[in-house]
Amino acid sequence: MSALDYLQRLEAESIYIFREVVAECEKPVMLYSVGKDSSVMLHLALKAFAPAKPPFPLLQIASGWDFREMLEFRDAIAKKFGLELLVHTNEEGVRAGVKPWSHGAAYSDIMLTQALRQALDKYGFDAAFGGGRRDEEKSRAKERVFSFRSAHHRWDPKNQRPELWSLYNARKNRGESIRVFPLSNWTEMDVWQYIHVQQVPIVPLYLAKPRPVVRRDGRLILVDDDRLPLGPADRVETLSVRFRTLGCYPLTGATMSSADDVPAVIREMLSTKNSEREGRGVDKDGASSLEQKKQEGYF
Amino acid sequence: MNRPADKSLLRFLTCGSVDDGKSSLIGRLLYETKMIFDDQFAALKDDSRKVGTRGGEVDFALLVDGLAAEREQGITIDVAYRFFATEKRKFIVADTPGHVQYTRNMVTGASTAELAVILIDARKGVLTQTRRHSYLAALLGIRHVVVAVNKMDLVDYSRDIFTKIERDYREFAHRIKLEAITCIPVSAVAGDNVTSRSRHTPWYGGPSLLEHLESVTLRDPAQGAAFRMPVQWVNRPNPEFRGFAGMIASGVVRRGDALRALPSGRTSTVARVITPEGEALEAVAGQCVTLTLADEIDVSRGDVLCTADAAPAVANQFEATIIWMHDEPLLQGRAYLLKIGTKTVTATVAPIKYRVNVNTMEHMAAKKLELNDIGVCGLELNGAIAYESYRDSRVLGGFILIDRLTNNTVGAGLLHFALRRSQNVHWQALDVNKRARAVLSHQKPCILWFTGLSGAGKSTIANLVEKQLHAEGRQTYLLDGDNVRHGLNKDLGFTDQDRVENIRRVAEVARLMVDAGLIVLVSFISPFRSERRMARALVEPGEFIEVFVDTPLEQAEARDAKGLYKKARRGELKNFTGIDSPYEVPEDAEIRLDTTELAPEAAAARVILHLREAGIVDMGYDPVI
Repeated sequence: MSALDYLQRLEAESIYIFREVVAECEKPVMLYSVGKDSSVMLHLALKAFAPAKPPFPLLQIASGWDFREMLEFRDAIAKKFGLELLVHTNEEGVRAGVKPWSHGAAYSDIMLTQALRQALDKYGFDAAFGGGRRDEEKSRAKERVFSFRSAHHRWDPKNQRPELWSLYNARKNRGESIRVFPLSNWTEMDVWQYIHVQQVPIVPLYLAKPRPVVRRDGRLILVDDDRLPLGPADRVETLSVRFRTLGCYPLTGATMSSADDVPAVIREMLSTKNSEREGRGVDKDGASSLEQKKQEGYF
Repeated sequence: MNRPADKSLLRFLTCGSVDDGKSSLIGRLLYETKMIFDDQFAALKDDSRKVGTRGGEVDFALLVDGLAAEREQGITIDVAYRFFATEKRKFIVADTPGHVQYTRNMVTGASTAELAVILIDARKGVLTQTRRHSYLAALLGIRHVVVAVNKMDLVDYSRDIFTKIERDYREFAHRIKLEAITCIPVSAVAGDNVTSRSRHTPWYGGPSLLEHLESVTLRDPAQGAAFRMPVQWVNRPNPEFRGFAGMIASGVVRRGDALRALPSGRTSTVARVITPEGEALEAVAGQCVTLTLADEIDVSRGDVLCTADAAPAVANQFEATIIWMHDEPLLQGRAYLLKIGTKTVTATVAPIKYRVNVNTMEHMAAKKLELNDIGVCGLELNGAIAYESYRDSRVLGGFILIDRLTNNTVGAGLLHFALRRSQNVHWQALDVNKRARAVLSHQKPCILWFTGLSGAGKSTIANLVEKQLHAEGRQTYLLDGDNVRHGLNKDLGFTDQDRVENIRRVAEVARLMVDAGLIVLVSFISPFRSERRMARALVEPGEFIEVFVDTPLEQAEARDAKGLYKKARRGELKNFTGIDSPYEVPEDAEIRLDTTELAPEAAAARVILHLREAGIVDMGYDPVI
């Protein structure tokens, strides 16, 4: 057997990180957003602990505006692998009537950031696996694999622990918790190549098919259910679209595509001209905005 | 689309200061390998106009200078990781800053890199920082160096200038035993020899930087070495399965291989090899596997599985190089947690042999290591570990040091060799032990550790407690700070490192006395939490009773029985606790004596009461009767 190829090396590094957290932390959880990165994370976690099941539950933060197909896929996956699935929604936000189009930037703060903090505090998790990758955004490029959060879930980029070799220091002070990013060194392309090679199951929304959409601020928004307010000028069109990233459906833009299987997606990516975050509403308010959100506790 | 299996991975690091054009070079590589999307490029053009340094032209450096604070200051202050890929390879770049105070970051980046790209400004030539970067790269085991002589456009692509820099560099590299060196003339801003060969340098016959990175062959020494795997996690889903999970550090493991577990030395054979692709006949270095063994031997996290007849040595005292990474200096004699492979032990640094001046490679005398200092030290662990020298194995020879109080990673280190004394001195297991002596003397031995400011009344109270215990027929001994300093510790002063050593010796003496069955009263200022914690860790749980004699500084100073505060205030006494040296208030003392409320006799009575309640001594009558 020869030396490992690049995907095998990335895979090994991620598996090592999973095992290290389980060995050193008391109560880990995996944040499962149902997206492609979460799918790869889960695939790696299943490998890391086989023949045992991953010794931690999955946690999904449901905003109430999740794509229906994602929720179906989430439940099917949890059932297939016999995993404990926790779903948390910020009920205060629901009661306050917070909606994607009514509260602007506060929406993601209330329904995602706050909800995540609530859930972590509620269950007392001391470590949470997330699918963040360093290639996503400039401030992520400097984040550690083991990223510490204060008791108030804040990230202090100035005060990060050095990470050398594969020696991760998981020791926490009282009240602190860790976000762990097993996919830190993966790129979007690596994730797709791995999905292809390993035949990792993903939500069908990533693959093109004719779907009903409306145009909003230059983006194509899926008419996923009848809660999306439609004005008289809105025209529902059926177009062949797919999603590069998945969030809350009223905030996630689809792209026109005919890529209906994974190799076609990869081919499309090789010729694409825009980054994956471009389709998201969250981080458009200036180049430093994701860094600010992270300091406040956004994953 | 290239099949991913054809692609290898190269991790490299770039070093050089912002002025050398490092960020521009990486930005350029990302751009040329099509890692920059249109929306990112639009944002870059926008940023270049606002904060760029290229007069409105596209400033590739802005692509990689990440955190907001750094962008405002115009410097890179932390390690950032970048990714790009070509048809042949995927690259992970550790982008590390070059300023003198950031040795820490460069060492971090170098720890996982196989190759280093060192930038030199063609106008400036080989500088002190070039030597520093090269030394650190060599120290961390990087054998392949690419010297990118940048800004060739600003010296008219002069062959003479390039040749002189190359000659200077090779002469220096030879001295620090860097072997494989490639020098390339480039201009990151203009794009010369970055991804393709430049027409401006017809005299240069070598590859472009990217061509070199794509084609350089790196021999992974771990592949050919003997099998070693630190056990990361024991997988026990059911009583029938007991697997040892870990990443293979070196060599190959096959079903049926004879293995040895260290440090225990027990042997067995491999029953099953489970890889990420399922059960296999063998697995190689770099893979994460789960192994089951034919026999039920005791193996746990932190142990090392290795080839039975080619096992590494086991020791608990080493010579090591330490790179200090924290604002609080490393002190001789202080205990830290040491994590190596998957094992965490307690380590004490003693003594520091020398500090290395990273600019001149000179050895300097040192008693402590400050932030970004590199030193060679003795290292004493509280348990034996399987190890190899860092030169032979990054996994079994590289470690981090963790502060026990703050849990921060404060240092990194490289093991060189075991010290001979560790092989010759063994802890004697004696038949008459602490328990036997305690039974004979009708008391539980313990340490009563009195801490507090000078003049707080520690010795007075300790003295009263000892008198009472003695009157009850207990066997005691009082170790007093002043008295010990006249004898055992008369070679020590009052600097931070001497205070640490002072407490270490006292704690060790107290431990021996506990072993002898005594109730030991220690009356020492002992201002640092970490030393008190170290003393606590020396004995068994419940045997260490911390007594905080709590007196406000004003009161202690007003009392000033020995006139020391007056001297300290006059500046005649340096490093005096409470005046110009800190006292760290105990957070978890078993007993706190507030001397503004308690007279010494009442304070002593409270200590005795605690001893009775804790069962150290009985309730005031002789159990023999």
